[in-house]
Amino acid sequence: MATKPTPRKARRAAVLGGNRIPFARGNGAYAKASNQDMLTATLDGLVARYGLAGARLGEVVAGAVLKHSRDFNLTRETVLGSRLDPHTPAYDVQQACGTGLEAAILVANKVALGQIEVGIAGGVDSASDAPIAVSEGLRHTLLAANRAKTAAQRVKALAGLRPGDLLPSIPQNVEPRTGLSMGEHMAITAERWGITREAQDDLAAASHQHLAAAYERGFFDDLVTPYLGVTRDNNLRADSTVEKLAKLKPVFGKGEHATMTAGNSTPLTDGASAVLIASEEWAREHHLTPLAWFVDAETAAVDYVHGDEGLLMAPAYAVSRLLARNGLSLQDFDFYEIHEAFAATVLTTLKAWEDPGFCSDRLGLTTALGSIDRTKLNVNGSSLAVGHPFAATGGRILASLAKMLHENGGGRGLISICAAGGQGVVAILEA
Amino acid sequence: MTDLFTTLLNSPVARRVGVPQPTILRRYQPGVALCEEPVLVTGGGRFEAGLTDWLATRKIATLAPADDVSDRLGAVVIDLSAATDPSELDQLRVIGGPAVKRLAKNGRVVVVGTDPATLSDLAAVSTQRALEGAVRSLAKELRAGATANLVLARADSAGGVQSAVEFFLSGRSAYVDGQVVRVGEASGTNPDTLRPLTGKVAVVTGAARGIGAEIATVLARDGATVVAVDIPSAGDALAAVANGIGGTALQVDVTAPDAGRRIVEHATGRHGSIDIVVHNAGITRDKLLVNMDESRWRSVIDVNLGSILRMSEAILADGGMTAGGRIVCVASIAGIAGNRGQTNYGASKAGVIGLVGALSDQLRDRGITVNAVAPGFIETAMTARIPFTTREIGRRMNSLQQGGHPVDVAETIAWFAQPGSAAVTGQVLRVCGQSLLGA
Repeated sequence: MATKPTPRKARRAAVLGGNRIPFARGNGAYAKASNQDMLTATLDGLVARYGLAGARLGEVVAGAVLKHSRDFNLTRETVLGSRLDPHTPAYDVQQACGTGLEAAILVANKVALGQIEVGIAGGVDSASDAPIAVSEGLRHTLLAANRAKTAAQRVKALAGLRPGDLLPSIPQNVEPRTGLSMGEHMAITAERWGITREAQDDLAAASHQHLAAAYERGFFDDLVTPYLGVTRDNNLRADSTVEKLAKLKPVFGKGEHATMTAGNSTPLTDGASAVLIASEEWAREHHLTPLAWFVDAETAAVDYVHGDEGLLMAPAYAVSRLLARNGLSLQDFDFYEIHEAFAATVLTTLKAWEDPGFCSDRLGLTTALGSIDRTKLNVNGSSLAVGHPFAATGGRILASLAKMLHENGGGRGLISICAAGGQGVVAILEA
Repeated sequence: MTDLFTTLLNSPVARRVGVPQPTILRRYQPGVALCEEPVLVTGGGRFEAGLTDWLATRKIATLAPADDVSDRLGAVVIDLSAATDPSELDQLRVIGGPAVKRLAKNGRVVVVGTDPATLSDLAAVSTQRALEGAVRSLAKELRAGATANLVLARADSAGGVQSAVEFFLSGRSAYVDGQVVRVGEASGTNPDTLRPLTGKVAVVTGAARGIGAEIATVLARDGATVVAVDIPSAGDALAAVANGIGGTALQVDVTAPDAGRRIVEHATGRHGSIDIVVHNAGITRDKLLVNMDESRWRSVIDVNLGSILRMSEAILADGGMTAGGRIVCVASIAGIAGNRGQTNYGASKAGVIGLVGALSDQLRDRGITVNAVAPGFIETAMTARIPFTTREIGRRMNSLQQGGHPVDVAETIAWFAQPGSAAVTGQVLRVCGQSLLGA
């Protein structure tokens, strides 16, 4: 009789470092670069930084939100074109803007379980080199013609084509179930929570100023590798001020209550990121210092379609559950990395955690999670300044936060990322 | 890099009308014989026997003057280190004349002497000093890619010349001609002839492109683990270099106050030590002195010289470079001869030459050598942009009648870096094909 296998004890997964290409505004510097091009360059930059040329890793996990059908095996194809050992397996994941962080959770969990020793998690997105599909009418017609067995049947199938079918289907930044764009959704939530224009512009200006300062002190020297002549995120406006931001016209929301502008919302962006995650043993064998430990993660989703919750509110729920599971309070962190999809997203999330009603009715808590020390929030800038290539944001934040914790000589950091479809992915790092 | 003019000059038509045709130089390749055989070793100096024995271990046939054969010679090594009277200089003519006639294409003349600075007898000093004039002149007479160079040993030493003689015989010195290398007597051995830098960790600054990328590649080929360093904005090219040679890329501006610390931490932390540092990062910001602004002046001095001084503190501090370490700087002919429009650059590179002299003295007791190469006209993307008349003059006005390649600079640096080159320190070696500039 076979003996029962001994359950494996989980071990710590270390974040060893990361790499990304500078994020570039859509239809700009990277307009002609494909997702595979950008992810390959990012991977090769990481390989060079950590001396991994020819190395076989446990796995590479990455994804893209806007993806061509030909890229069904995007990450594996990228590995084959990179300097990694081609015997490195890879697979794609996709969870909208949570893709990058979810990929890291997958790799960290496998490391923790001892299934792999080392892996790379990443993400890439091009808003410029977007897939354009044929219309449903044309697609059905072509498939019918393909199924036809005789020439006559084929002619008959093709005869069903209507002029309107020839219009291409261009991907849109809208929620399929509501028809509203993410910005329009956010505007509804922001208005409900009374988020002011001034507070949003404040946050946006701080993001630019923090990012510029981080570049100046060389913070990104070992986090970013230039690409196609771009050496810094080109959405960055180092001279951004609240006064300048105040002059912009609102683009989301209606009437006098409209507060969201192009300045306090992230632009469409192209870019890629990757993070090296390994076991403590692998790090030691390769003489690499763990920057931070991947402690725990949580994913939540809200019903923004039929329920009464904002599209981008899921991280508020995910963080609440993550804190409870780890016995932590919201104040037990040295750094908070809350993805700035929109300035209003960050402000709404913070306000919800401070709100006793929300915390008791929605999160089921007896007291509010409370407020955070705002000086610990997005201290090296976030998506408003860096830009937001959807699937690449998780890897960007993860590598930066790990380095911040290492530079700090220890501490704990919280990552919170909202995603389309009413989802949120959050995680805790410690050093 | 080949322009129309060069194509024309090297065409069969040009050859027929008498345009001098540069020889394709014999360049080093691992595993290929050190030089063409046989080598005539003669002169009666104290190193002759040792060099003959050593060449036998390298499977190179040697000849003595008495051997009555008239084959082509791959090289002639003339050891006149014992000459103390000007009358003995005639040996150069007696031995050298017939030997040069028999010299094969890309042949070598290596003269070994005694460093006059270590002698006191008036006749001996002048005799040994005379060798330099003879060798430099002979180098200008040789044709078909052949070179002549001089190795000077200390009066009180019985060894130390082998590494330099090997370098000058080999294809590593293809573009080094008419030069003098002074050697001490510290001894060292290469662990592996094919991969002399095995087990060494080498840092190369400015490694993203051009000569720096070639240096990184050659050091890796010779067995070193290479840390490729360049400014963050060159990171993509740097990554390609590092990945191509299985090294690591470190994006850091050498002028950053903590650049030295970051380099040492990366090399020792990731790879266990820091054995070789090549200060190659450099910039030019040319203007006549009357038009020179502060930023042009300061940036060139700081990148090319100031950064090396600052980084050296960290590299040589506790936990940094240990005995057997090698520091190699990239100077320039502009630092020796000067260059119009390059007061800032010339100053920085001459400063580097001063640093090499002083630092090599300070570190002799620690077993660390400090040397520099001074490249002449090297075919790079930078020299390809020089206006064509100036470029052709620079390219042709040397004894080898051609520009050097980045690999020629890299090979010289790789030689300085060898464990076997322990006796070579404080040297500034020109890799210029014996350029007329600053000669």
